Amino acid sequence: MTEAHLVKDIDAKDIVSEPIRKGFGRGLLEAGKLSDDVVAICADLTESTQMHLFKEAFPERFVEVGVAEQNLVTVGSGMAAMGKIPFVSSYAAFSPGRNWEQIRTTIALNDQPVKIIGSHAGVSVGPDGATHQMLEDIALMRAMPNMIVVAPGDSLEAERATLALAKDKRPSYMRLAREATPVFTTPHTPFELGRAYVYAPGDDISIIATGTMTYQALVAAELLFKNGIDAEVIHVPTIKPLDAVTILKSVHKTGAVITAEEAQIIGGLGGAVAELLGEEHPVPMKRIGMHDRFGESGSPEELLEHFGLTGKHIALAAHEVMEKKKEGSQRRDDSSQGG
Amino acid sequence: MPQKMSIQELELKAYDIRLDIIRMLEHAGSGHSAGPLGLADIFTALYFDILKHDPKKPDWDQRDVLVLSNGHCVPVRYATMAHAGYFDREELMTLRKLGTRLQGHPERLKLPGMETTSGPLGSGLSQAAGMALALQINKDVHRWVYVVMSDGEQDEGNTWEAAMFAAKYNLSKIIAITDRNNIQIDGLTENVMPLEDLKAKWEAFGWHVTEIDGNNIEAVIDACAMARAVTEKPSMILAHTVPGKGVDFMEYDFAWHGMPPNHEQAVKALKELRTLRGKIRSEHE
Repeated sequence: MTEAHLVKDIDAKDIVSEPIRKGFGRGLLEAGKLSDDVVAICADLTESTQMHLFKEAFPERFVEVGVAEQNLVTVGSGMAAMGKIPFVSSYAAFSPGRNWEQIRTTIALNDQPVKIIGSHAGVSVGPDGATHQMLEDIALMRAMPNMIVVAPGDSLEAERATLALAKDKRPSYMRLAREATPVFTTPHTPFELGRAYVYAPGDDISIIATGTMTYQALVAAELLFKNGIDAEVIHVPTIKPLDAVTILKSVHKTGAVITAEEAQIIGGLGGAVAELLGEEHPVPMKRIGMHDRFGESGSPEELLEHFGLTGKHIALAAHEVMEKKKEGSQRRDDSSQGG
Repeated sequence: MPQKMSIQELELKAYDIRLDIIRMLEHAGSGHSAGPLGLADIFTALYFDILKHDPKKPDWDQRDVLVLSNGHCVPVRYATMAHAGYFDREELMTLRKLGTRLQGHPERLKLPGMETTSGPLGSGLSQAAGMALALQINKDVHRWVYVVMSDGEQDEGNTWEAAMFAAKYNLSKIIAITDRNNIQIDGLTENVMPLEDLKAKWEAFGWHVTEIDGNNIEAVIDACAMARAVTEKPSMILAHTVPGKGVDFMEYDFAWHGMPPNHEQAVKALKELRTLRGKIRSEHE
């Protein structure tokens, strides 16, 4: 679609892949150049969370707290109270995994513009196993009043999201992934906090995806197209606040929904969309993501296959939902003939 | 900034604040009694002598910052702020009522001059550390970050994360005051989770530590002055206070940690506090 300005061929063999976190590192460096108030705080994971670029450029604005995630976010809150714009990073399993209450009290309720960066989210963390594969972070942060929740789809979008967060005055959480993800957006792809985007137009079913799963949703749409199903792909980089207008517009048109995320569907994007549609426009729906279980060790590819988090799985689920949609319209036709 | 007062005037002020604490808690029907009464001398010293602040300009960018880490003791801060001129004393009677600015635990967004939202224990010191580090980055040498914290909250790991961090970054602009009253909800601190040797612990963590009588206003003022002169490390003042100070039936009794007085008890408490206030007045006349 021209408005989304994505790469021409998402299936191209030579599509560039890069970890989403790398875009955060570049965005933070840029944000640091744009404002002296930006500071970076890390909990002993500087290079893996990609803060080293900022650290090298602005050593006097880089803060190392050691393996202390509670201190990480509360020091961030204190710096924000004095006018700084702190980015605080760790693995998502530890922040917001370990320090949720400190985030709730000293950042969200206290309304300090701290930017919490949770890297290595999702099962694609791979061999490190379930302890390090954070899947509940979207639910945890989405349930917190006053908190923005962002999950960029690729490294380029992560870069733009980081710059947007640096300018935003609200508390926010951004989840990042460890493994290389195909870069399917371009420097012309739009990004605004709070907006969802139609990445591929279609009339039959809405595939609503976030983070690493948006690329898989685009793959699924191509597979479905070959089978005569015209899927609309909506990318939701801001899970909270949710762009209800864009989602409802699509679902009013298609009458069928798949959600896709590398996170627990309970409280995740799937939960958010189900809540919206349950009240506003119930339609046949299926949620792709983690179904109330933990991950395990394995290679990222094996795990995504094992837990059903690929374009192929999204396409299969879309066929099921399309069946339900047909049954539903069949029933409506029958009852209107009977009545 | 309010004009400086004599020690005697400050002592009388501390009793006025205690009287209001009892009235507020009785009216609210819930809240903590022992800690706020014990802290009245420290808060009086802070707001009427130590802090650089302006009640008419709570956001003044040159003010000293006071972080209250043990948020449950906030009645003493509300009462002291009212006496200092941040808001009318009448508003104290709205404590814990629907729609009030004086929430059961303090909220920054509700009340100008309330620097942080707190209640869940153990995270005030690390917020203060973030503030002091921001001052250090800004090369702002004229502002200080004071922290009032409890002894019980030193059970929290977050406290010690902050202790290491403040020493690492040499945050000498932090002056922390521990309300060492030896009680917490479940009993005496040394029974619930022993803290001693607290002075040795803070020293081992790289802090400048002094130990004072926290119910002696002059000692509080002197200890803070000394702490401001320490430039090589953060300062911890272990202030020994009497929980429930000034009300005989509350003093040293951990049952009063999280309980307000009923009407009868309040009448009795107010009478005792007035008598003590009268004694101070007559001693200096």
